[in-house]
Amino acid sequence: MAEYETHDFDVIVVGAGGAGLRAAIEARSKGMRTALVCKSLLGKAHTVMAEGGVAAALGNVYEEDDWKVHFRDTVRGGKMLNNWRMAQLHAQEAPDRVRELEEWGALFDRTKDGLILQRDFGGHRFARLAHIGDRTGLELIRTLQQKAVADGIEVFMECKVLRLLRDADGAVSGLVGYWRPSGEFVVFTAKAVVLATGSVGKSWMYTSNSWESTGDGHAMALWAGGDLIDMESVQFHPTGMVWPLSVRGILVTEGVRGDGGVLRNSEGKRFMFDYIPAMFAAETADSEDEADKWYDDHTAGRRPPELLPRDEVARSINTEVKSGRGSPHGGVFLDIATRRTAEDIRRRLPSMYHQFKELAGVDITAEAMEVGPTCHYIMGGVRVDADSAASTVDGLFAAGEVAGGMHGANRLGGNSLSDLLVFGRRAGLGAAEFAADRLGAARVDEGEVATAVEAAVAPFSRQGGENPYDIHRDLQETMQTLVGIIRTGPELDEALGQLEVLEERAGRVSLSGGRRYNPAWNLTTDLPSMLTVSRCTTLGAVNRKESRGGHTRDDFPKSVPEMGQVNFVLRIPAGGGDHGGVGGTPSIRSIGVSPEPIPVMPDDLKELLEETV
Amino acid sequence: MAEESVGTGPGDQVIMRVWRGDEAGGEFAEYVMPGQEGEVVLDVIHRVQATQAPDLACRWNCKAGKCGSCSAEINGRPALMCMTRMDTLPAGEPVTVAPMRAFPILRDLVTDVSYNYEVAKRIPPFDPRPKTVDEREAGGYRMQQIDVERSQEFRKCIECFLCQDVCHVMRDHEENKTAYAGPRFFARAAELEMHPLDVNDRRQLLQQEQGLGKCNITKCCTEVCPEHIKITDNAIIPLKERVVDASYDPVAWLGRKILRRDKRSAAEAAATSPATGPAAVQPRSLVQGVPAPDHVGATAPGVTQPAGDPPAG
Repeated sequence: MAEYETHDFDVIVVGAGGAGLRAAIEARSKGMRTALVCKSLLGKAHTVMAEGGVAAALGNVYEEDDWKVHFRDTVRGGKMLNNWRMAQLHAQEAPDRVRELEEWGALFDRTKDGLILQRDFGGHRFARLAHIGDRTGLELIRTLQQKAVADGIEVFMECKVLRLLRDADGAVSGLVGYWRPSGEFVVFTAKAVVLATGSVGKSWMYTSNSWESTGDGHAMALWAGGDLIDMESVQFHPTGMVWPLSVRGILVTEGVRGDGGVLRNSEGKRFMFDYIPAMFAAETADSEDEADKWYDDHTAGRRPPELLPRDEVARSINTEVKSGRGSPHGGVFLDIATRRTAEDIRRRLPSMYHQFKELAGVDITAEAMEVGPTCHYIMGGVRVDADSAASTVDGLFAAGEVAGGMHGANRLGGNSLSDLLVFGRRAGLGAAEFAADRLGAARVDEGEVATAVEAAVAPFSRQGGENPYDIHRDLQETMQTLVGIIRTGPELDEALGQLEVLEERAGRVSLSGGRRYNPAWNLTTDLPSMLTVSRCTTLGAVNRKESRGGHTRDDFPKSVPEMGQVNFVLRIPAGGGDHGGVGGTPSIRSIGVSPEPIPVMPDDLKELLEETV
Repeated sequence: MAEESVGTGPGDQVIMRVWRGDEAGGEFAEYVMPGQEGEVVLDVIHRVQATQAPDLACRWNCKAGKCGSCSAEINGRPALMCMTRMDTLPAGEPVTVAPMRAFPILRDLVTDVSYNYEVAKRIPPFDPRPKTVDEREAGGYRMQQIDVERSQEFRKCIECFLCQDVCHVMRDHEENKTAYAGPRFFARAAELEMHPLDVNDRRQLLQQEQGLGKCNITKCCTEVCPEHIKITDNAIIPLKERVVDASYDPVAWLGRKILRRDKRSAAEAAATSPATGPAAVQPRSLVQGVPAPDHVGATAPGVTQPAGDPPAG
């Protein structure tokens, strides 16, 4: 019998980034006994790395802005694949969520009138991003963290969750994991569980994501019987650092472009003018002169093409590099040095200044940065009800990056911080209501706990097996080269085969050194989720035989209207399929995929999309 | 930093001396690795994990100097492993990487930093004044950029706890931790005290329970701060001045005792008065000897605070 400690709460939130913190604050405010469980220390979650800002139609800089324009920008940017209700709630509620942060102590940069200042970002018609220099995520997480501490929410840090547990009726009723410092196991029982586990980026080689982004929530929801949607929609942020190699992938905020930075190729040309898609032609400047006027007055010209949505810019950079017009280290040049004063750059973009100065030896007030696409965000995720954030499994909720639907096929910059505030709150509320109505104590299946624990410790009794770091590196290689920014059918099929081999290898990992703060073991227990989400992304990509947003098929370069009407849904068939996966989880071979219609948008919202500039 | 013999680069081999052990004890283990261009210390540690010591424990998250997880002592100096480039360290010499000394060891480079999270709980939280009528109509508080910048400096803190690690009050005197908050939390307190909206008063607590007086301004914390926050000059010294002001000015003391409840109701009254506009919203004064406006009644007519002045010291 496995030994473990137990804790019981009404609501457990997994993940302590922005969405998790916001969910916990909301559940706690409804009187729920609420706990946060997170894989790292509190305050270190990936939200801390968000830079440019949080999108909300406050109308502080452009009075013309309102939720309708924000909704329109979001859905057009998402290539019409968004869950319309999520996009609507998001646009409507983001302003209140931002103002609320201020009431909790956040200090945004100010307009001359003393209100929250807003900056321009790609795909947003008006200056819309509330920000604090280029460290908005830090402000957001610290504000929420301090609020959560003040509210007395219990936080369980450095706890890796292995899987969700269900009661006899199939409702989620808890989870099993282990403390990373001690390696001892722990079971939490709860009447409702909120997943707020963030991203999946660590399956790619060049990524802006931290080590935590291993798709644990995506995978656990799938294993528990939930649906995932749009997993092929992965965002490659156009501007990651490309040199030195050791920092390749680290994010360079879109705020650089919002504040006047432009992209140039090796010939010094502002190449984005060559890549304006028909969908955005009416609202995009066609000359440098027009584009430059726009920064000071949005009515004097149309938007610069550098501020097209991220998918467009990332693909354009990719094409320039492949055409031999790249920078020395395989990127393009991002130039703000010739466009703004050194003082302005240091004031508006202080962390970019330091990042380049200290990591690359580049002074961005004097030289151009070298940048290229980096795996950044997954639009796909757990299929949820827009209003309550409930998944398709009873007792399970999801918010933030782990949830799908909000961003469609491509997310606009700034919309993730607002997403996690709006839907973090809604998930906390949804979970609190569910927990209040759930009768009796949450019960878990001890057999499920024992299976998870035995599988987790199994590598310590093997010898001469695989090194988990090798498997991780090979997985990253597979996803980077075969399921990257540009995809083709044969390469995706090859990836499916390689993933099966990697799964088989992951089952042969051997470890030593004990369970106490053992990073090799931690990585080994992350492999099942990484393999699962990689499989989901690849399966979605195989089936979406078109190009849309973050998903680009070289063999199907156009968008197909009928494909814009469906989500590809990933699901493990009832009965659980083949449990021959790693660590006692369902094998990745048991994941099924099917197209299902997206919710139909009401006519009054459709009209907003058709509105021209 | 070595200025002459820098330049571990590709092709060179690097020798990493990494502390291995737990609370029972340990020792430095040596790992010889090929050098690679542009690497930081954390990159090499990761390569050691992947190739030689899979169970070598270290904390890290973002690898971009934004999360403050990978704090360690590199060649004896508290620093972030992700922001310390190998080519800034003396070439040809071993690079020593040890855990932060001021905190209990968990394993290898990982320390138990829970002390910091406990101190954080004891700082009275942010407590904003009510919105004025104008602000309610405008949809948000009005604050000037120059007034938010003072607290913004401290809100840059990434909680790497290097300042806590280097502070000799704790580093050399474990027993002080029971009554000493440390530079990180003095900066947090300063941030709240200088916050244009906050009405909470933390000065007594700082002096009596959080050991502000124990800091003797050696500026070690400022030197190691990866965010370049001027902890000593901009947080601790102004706080000390405010605390002195609060502790030894009998009129201010009496005023606090008497007006404490009134200050809230006065602020609320101000918020509902139609005549109160943004001009009546005064940020706290940082000027030595001038009590912050909310301690003498925020609605006192004609009181103009020199809001934008830099802190003394």
